[in-house]
Amino acid sequence: MGNSFYNEVINEHNLRPYHKHPLPGANFSLDGVNPSCGDEITLNLLIEDGVIKDGAFEGEGCAISQASADIMLELIIGKTESEAMRLYDLFNRMIKEGITEEEKDELEEAGLLESISHMPARVKCAVLGWRTMKEIVEK
Amino acid sequence: MEYKELNGDIRKEFPILNNSGAVYLDSAATTQKPSSVLESVGRYYLEDNANPLRGIYDLSVKATDDYEDARQAVADFINAKSASEIIFTRNATESLNLAAFSYGQSVLTPCDEIIVSTAEHHSNLLPWQTVAGITGAKVSFFDPEPDGSFDLNKLESMISDRTKIVAITHVSNVTGRINDIKTIAALAHKRGAVCVVDAAQSVAHLKTDVRDTDVDFLAFSGHKMYAPMGIGVLYVKENIAKDMPPFLYGGEMIDKVTKLSALYAPAPRKFEAGTVNVGGAVGLKSAIEFINAYGFEQIISLENSLSALAVDGIKKIPGAQIIGGDKACNHHGIVAFRIEGVHPHDVAQIFADENICVRAGHHCAEPLHKYFADISGEKVTSSTRMSVGIYNTKEDVEKFLGVLSEIRERMGY
Repeated sequence: MGNSFYNEVINEHNLRPYHKHPLPGANFSLDGVNPSCGDEITLNLLIEDGVIKDGAFEGEGCAISQASADIMLELIIGKTESEAMRLYDLFNRMIKEGITEEEKDELEEAGLLESISHMPARVKCAVLGWRTMKEIVEK
Repeated sequence: MEYKELNGDIRKEFPILNNSGAVYLDSAATTQKPSSVLESVGRYYLEDNANPLRGIYDLSVKATDDYEDARQAVADFINAKSASEIIFTRNATESLNLAAFSYGQSVLTPCDEIIVSTAEHHSNLLPWQTVAGITGAKVSFFDPEPDGSFDLNKLESMISDRTKIVAITHVSNVTGRINDIKTIAALAHKRGAVCVVDAAQSVAHLKTDVRDTDVDFLAFSGHKMYAPMGIGVLYVKENIAKDMPPFLYGGEMIDKVTKLSALYAPAPRKFEAGTVNVGGAVGLKSAIEFINAYGFEQIISLENSLSALAVDGIKKIPGAQIIGGDKACNHHGIVAFRIEGVHPHDVAQIFADENICVRAGHHCAEPLHKYFADISGEKVTSSTRMSVGIYNTKEDVEKFLGVLSEIRERMGY
């Protein structure tokens, strides 16, 4: 098989996402849409005292949008809003201009999406979950 | 006429295939351009270029001759009665907008109806939707059957004396189905309506004959028939064009202008405001010569055999479903499909990683995808599409099928 972007980690988060389910206790909910792929997600977060206590997403879309949202939730649950925003900034910079290896370590599995920067058509898919999270936190 | 034999040698006429190393299976989006077309455009700019139509000097006369020769070549290519029935535009989209905003807007009233097929590319839907909004006319939809075909008995019972326009594609850009535009035009004419045909997906792949089919409007793009981007055509029957108002206003489209009024030039010039795309028209004429050198018999035989090979291969792959059914003979050079559990953009990404060019999305035919999703109870309203051109080979389709057969595994299934 040729070199493919779709590795085991991405496939696993796409096919068997940990955080794709309803979240009845959520106090923040926002829809994110990526018209180019037709990805649609609803991000639900439980934020208390500036801490993201829990989070989940629902929706349909390409593997990149689904896996990226799942990986993001894995990272941000339990973090403060400002820590989550720092991760957003790292993720965004990783795709747009590149980050250091140390910074990439902070992103854990999300760092595997680095090569998306060479696929301009798919960047929107990868940032959909992150962008939606940022909009919730900034509100 | 003696035709050039259509075989693998044709690929030498398309240097981009070798330069890029790509397996190009996206000709329904745009075709590659042969060297002869590129050279003709270069020659025009090197030898004949000037603003045509009004200049007195030699270069302008040459440019005018090049432009009008191209118009005649297009007329001959689609068997129009006269070159004056050929309007040059930017592309099929602009041609269909011209038909809708010039003809549609001037004849439609709130009592009238436009019938649009559900299989249309957005460019043969949105202009009608918009003109209906302006005039108060109603748009009615003619749905295909689950296999992508159209039941013309249903169309006959839909068309009434209120119907003023029937808009339909010659070949679907999703299913590859050929529609019987001759019968459709006859059904429209029986009740006094006109027939507008989107021929963007057919002109490069089968013989177009506006006199035999008797359609009233026919639109296509040069770039889907081996010509450069930025040149398109709208054929309008002479007796209809003469009463249509201009679409765009400006230079070169008038006979006389005063401060308060203008007398417009006869068709086609009244529809070609501003400096025209002579280089594009020259390239289009050269593309017609290129197609004619091989002839449609060979082109149809090659392209149908390639899409049939694709259909036969796709239907053997577990989890694959072809839009418009599994019958190879119905897909004329175009095959759109879904792979169960894999989003079309991921499918196209995997092909892209292997330098195979296919398209994913709704192919500017969102209502058609919604229709097929609804009748099959699916959520995904998009697909992946492969489409062939004159330069594709059996090996191209085999490479495509090889990657396709690995996709579910590569996605972790």
